[in-house]
Amino acid sequence: MAITLTQTAANRVETFLANRGKGLGLRLGVKTTGCSGMAYTLEFVDSLNEEDTMFESNGVKIIVDPKSLVYIDGTELDFTKEGLNEGFKFINPNVKDECGCGESFTV
Amino acid sequence: MALLQISEPGMSAAPHEHKLAVGIDLGTTNSLVATVRSGLSHVLGDEHGHTLLPSVVHYAENGVVVVGTEAQKKQNSDPHNTIVSVKRFMGRGLKDIDTTQLPYHFAEQAGMLQIETRAGIKSPVEVSAEILKVLKARAEEALGGELIGAVITVPAYFDDAQRQATKDAARLAGLNVFRLLNEPTAAAVAYGLDNASEGVYVIYDLGGGTFDVSILQLSKGVFEVLATNGDSALGGDDFDHRIYCWILETAKLSPRNAHDTRLLMSKSREAKEWLTAHAETQISCLMSDGEFVNLTISCEQFTALTANLVQKTLSPIRKAMRDAGLSIENIDGVVMVGGATRMPQIQQVVAEYFKQTPLTNLDPDKVVALGAAIQANVLAGNKSDDELLLLDVIPLSLGLETFGGLAEKVIHRNSTLPVARAQEFTTYKDGQTAMSIHVVQGERELVSDCRSLARFDLRGIPPMVAGAARIRVTFTVDADGLLSVSAREISSNVEAHIAVKPSYGLSEDEITNMLKASFNSAEADKSARMLTEARVSAGAIISAVNAALEADSALINKDQVSAIQDEIKRLAAICTTDDTDAIHAGVETLNHATEEFAAVRMNASVSRALAGKALDEIKL
Repeated sequence: MAITLTQTAANRVETFLANRGKGLGLRLGVKTTGCSGMAYTLEFVDSLNEEDTMFESNGVKIIVDPKSLVYIDGTELDFTKEGLNEGFKFINPNVKDECGCGESFTV
Repeated sequence: MALLQISEPGMSAAPHEHKLAVGIDLGTTNSLVATVRSGLSHVLGDEHGHTLLPSVVHYAENGVVVVGTEAQKKQNSDPHNTIVSVKRFMGRGLKDIDTTQLPYHFAEQAGMLQIETRAGIKSPVEVSAEILKVLKARAEEALGGELIGAVITVPAYFDDAQRQATKDAARLAGLNVFRLLNEPTAAAVAYGLDNASEGVYVIYDLGGGTFDVSILQLSKGVFEVLATNGDSALGGDDFDHRIYCWILETAKLSPRNAHDTRLLMSKSREAKEWLTAHAETQISCLMSDGEFVNLTISCEQFTALTANLVQKTLSPIRKAMRDAGLSIENIDGVVMVGGATRMPQIQQVVAEYFKQTPLTNLDPDKVVALGAAIQANVLAGNKSDDELLLLDVIPLSLGLETFGGLAEKVIHRNSTLPVARAQEFTTYKDGQTAMSIHVVQGERELVSDCRSLARFDLRGIPPMVAGAARIRVTFTVDADGLLSVSAREISSNVEAHIAVKPSYGLSEDEITNMLKASFNSAEADKSARMLTEARVSAGAIISAVNAALEADSALINKDQVSAIQDEIKRLAAICTTDDTDAIHAGVETLNHATEEFAAVRMNASVSRALAGKALDEIKL
């Protein structure tokens, strides 16, 4: 399994990284918090940890820690627009249930 | 499914706790809202993708408040109920505004002017709040949540009343204001981060209604404002007005009604915008009395019409350069802000003055909002380290009145905020137990030429001889520009203090005029100061000699006493003249005349001190 980015998401990440001027890639993760137990995190990466796993998709490096990986392996990250809002969306095959807003989930 | 943004490492927010913050450029002509998403600052558009919201509010017949482009369309048909450029009225009274060119029905109320509309009497604060409400709604829709706060930009020269009015408008719109930020500083933030550059920059901001120039120093992510200056009554609107006047003259039109004025003004604006990229344009419109105007204006004609407006921006630049102690060679870059800087004649004059091509790579209309959003993002706590520490400056020196009506500056103009300065003063008269502290603001040497901010008394000073008390006066200006003054007599620890708002009620014009007056009258001020100082020192010596005579006149003979008294009278007479040199000479003469008396007194007091004491009791 792996973590992937859609082409649109990859383009956006590249733009954001270039604007920021530094950063190795994108870190995807989960936190045990939120109304349905787990919440996604999405962060720039400045330094790697020893146990991190690195993927590459559409030219962007994706970094995941082993604890998070079990919950999100197989996830595709997309970038979409909904009305005036726009942002990244996790398409995670492991998810069984989400809270109404989709910010947290259970596996 | 919620949409996520990329956070800084370790800064991911918990679900439903995203710190959504925006930067708002509440402009005279157009307003914008911007935010930082995934580390990138960008301006938010409406459902049609339009980012500029015309700062126009229309009170419609059905009770609906219309803001923006739709309101702008009502400018011609319903000028009385369509408020444009409301920013010019913020925190202003009727007396501050030239109402002759404006189509509104004004009403004065409690210091700030009001506008009569069909929806009732509206204050500029309420009108501005309508604009902010629309921007807030746009941002919340685009970001998918409630905003925790906003940074709103104001011209660098906005005084306290105008800043307060802006804050009130935000509160009325339901926005939490993190901070008001000077527009040029916001522009520097936008450029500073994008280009990661260091150096000294000039921000040339010609907006719709105001001109501001700021000189900023960028180093290691810290922006320091070295100097600011400007003209509160100069902007892109004035360029429209030049074309408008040209139309009236060329077409030989009689004075127009409100409807025609609006129509011609908007035609003038269109012409100006078209001439930025084109060699000439046609102006044609039908007046309400059936008269048809059809004219052609060329780029050269427009440049000639507005040449003195462009030149007018150079004088504040020169002053700011002088304040910052810089010459053209020190300037590493010139940033152009405001839609009006798109006009090629402006870019050309600026390039000629600074001997370099100004920076225009960010959209001059958006740059302020972009910078405000970056600052809002930092203040919302979405950044791990405070990369940006903004330093602002005080626009006019703060000081206090000293004896003889002289203004003693404690904090000098353009000091960076926050700042605290202390200075020691003393009593002037023997046994003086109270001191009146008069806090003033301005650049002039005499208190009567400065603006009075506050007065308070320090009481309970223990009686001492003149000059023995040590009164430490501390001026503190916090990051929000609030001044507090405290006075403490050091030996007795008696203390008094007061909090003042430094620029309250000072109009931008007043500030500009006060600055101008201080330059024009530097020489007169200097001689006035020298004269007053001479009088004060003469007064001090007269009262010292009088006190000494009262105590010890027995030590010298009657002739000597009357000789000294004659000299005192002579000096007192000279003091009533304006001759500084004569007063100094008189002081010298009196000093000389009392030399012997002083020696005798000294001996007497030494022998008094020694009398009846054993040698070992005397500490030498």
